[in-house]
Amino acid sequence: MKPAPFVHHAPRSVEEAVDVLAQVGHDGKVLAGGQSLIPILNMRLASPGHLVDINRVAGLDRVEVRDGDVRVGALVRHAELEHHEGAYAALPLLRQALVNVAHPAIRNRGTTVGSIAHADAAGEMPAILALTEGVVEAAGPRGTREISPADFFLGALETCLAEDELAVAVRFPRFSPGTATAFAESARRHGDYAMAGVAAAVTVVDGVITDARTSFVSVTDVPSVLDLTEVLGGSEPADADWAAAAEVVRGHVEPEADIHATADYRRMLAGELARRVLAQAAQNAATTKGSSH
Amino acid sequence: MTDMTTEQLLDVTVNVNGVPRTASVPARRLLSDFLRHDLQLTGTHVGCEHGVCGACTVLVDGKPMRSCLMFAVTAQDHRVTTVEGLCDAPDARPCATGERMNPVQQAFAECHGLQCGFCTPGFLTTVTAYLEENPAPTQDEAREAISGNLCRCTGYQNIVKSVLRAAEIRTERLGEDGGEAGYAAAPAARHTSSSANGGERA
Repeated sequence: MKPAPFVHHAPRSVEEAVDVLAQVGHDGKVLAGGQSLIPILNMRLASPGHLVDINRVAGLDRVEVRDGDVRVGALVRHAELEHHEGAYAALPLLRQALVNVAHPAIRNRGTTVGSIAHADAAGEMPAILALTEGVVEAAGPRGTREISPADFFLGALETCLAEDELAVAVRFPRFSPGTATAFAESARRHGDYAMAGVAAAVTVVDGVITDARTSFVSVTDVPSVLDLTEVLGGSEPADADWAAAAEVVRGHVEPEADIHATADYRRMLAGELARRVLAQAAQNAATTKGSSH
Repeated sequence: MTDMTTEQLLDVTVNVNGVPRTASVPARRLLSDFLRHDLQLTGTHVGCEHGVCGACTVLVDGKPMRSCLMFAVTAQDHRVTTVEGLCDAPDARPCATGERMNPVQQAFAECHGLQCGFCTPGFLTTVTAYLEENPAPTQDEAREAISGNLCRCTGYQNIVKSVLRAAEIRTERLGEDGGEAGYAAAPAARHTSSSANGGERA
């Protein structure tokens, strides 16, 4: 249970980090919080020859709450974003999801951007990036590029980042006025990997649902957004057909079985969690009219 | 794989319990092993070594983190408090044996919050930091606060009681101190002369 030997690099700038990544190529891995990477190294599921430790890179530790979005740097720890009042006011979904990310001690160290770059199907924050239609900012030797969730996530634990690219920030766009959100997941112990999780964003205008969408944790390979506006649009939150929405969710998700739950159980769970978070988000949207959450 | 005999060694300095400590270690040295093997601070226990059990939890710049999920080199120049450092807190008091205990240690002793004691260092550090954040938790909050730490002996009931009792003791001692808060607000008296930056709060 000890990592294999590696060469430690401690760049001080993004340019330096990208240079090192380009030099070491496929044998390199970026270390930020390390809360997913270090268990993998300890168990020797991976043994990269070079770790590019970005913890001393200047300028990556900021949360910026802007007019259109919340921008989160690559060294912002989950706990910092969770407790950031400005980010909560702009996008309550961030805190709603972050309190479900592992345990406080893990959130004190792990980073939100790292969790997204890790692209675990059981990760909460990739699902949030998808639901907000966010952007990953990647720096590489050819400059920076902005990547949508649909392009970023290629498969479980697989992204489109090149070997010499570093995810320097993500942006979570704010929702339109009249939108509220909710998040729920079910795990065997709070903080463990969820058997299923659902994030919902529902927009209510003049008492009527105009938009409803969900994204998922642990029941899809890559974070996907399911648009339920066709099922729920035009209804009032009090008498929307949540059961019909849950049925569509059960048809959408593709859970796998493991020792903790069968695929059928997870499918049922995803439907039930979706029913709850959709109703909760719709109710919040109806009662906080005009606000952005 | 890199040849073991030529493995790169790095001089790592970490402020541990108010004292700057340096050792020459390979880059892959986990903070938990740095504390136990290189500094002989064996109070920090290593259970699962992949972040699940919480036994190795230490405070890094006052915040609980898993020492098995950090490399010593990444802790360079940071402030680490282990279970050995908890008795240095301003609100620690001498107990019957003459040793000092902070309110959480005192409460675990009073409430039988441990049996074999293997998981205890992780609980003590976790709860000490938690009470700074929430000085008067409810029973449900206390249970949630320890959800990231596993104990195979107690069944948790007495640990929850210990958290609530620790909050009481802490509040009592705060009154005695004239309001000075924080286990890490000042370095221990016996470390003061050698402490470079032990009093800093991150």
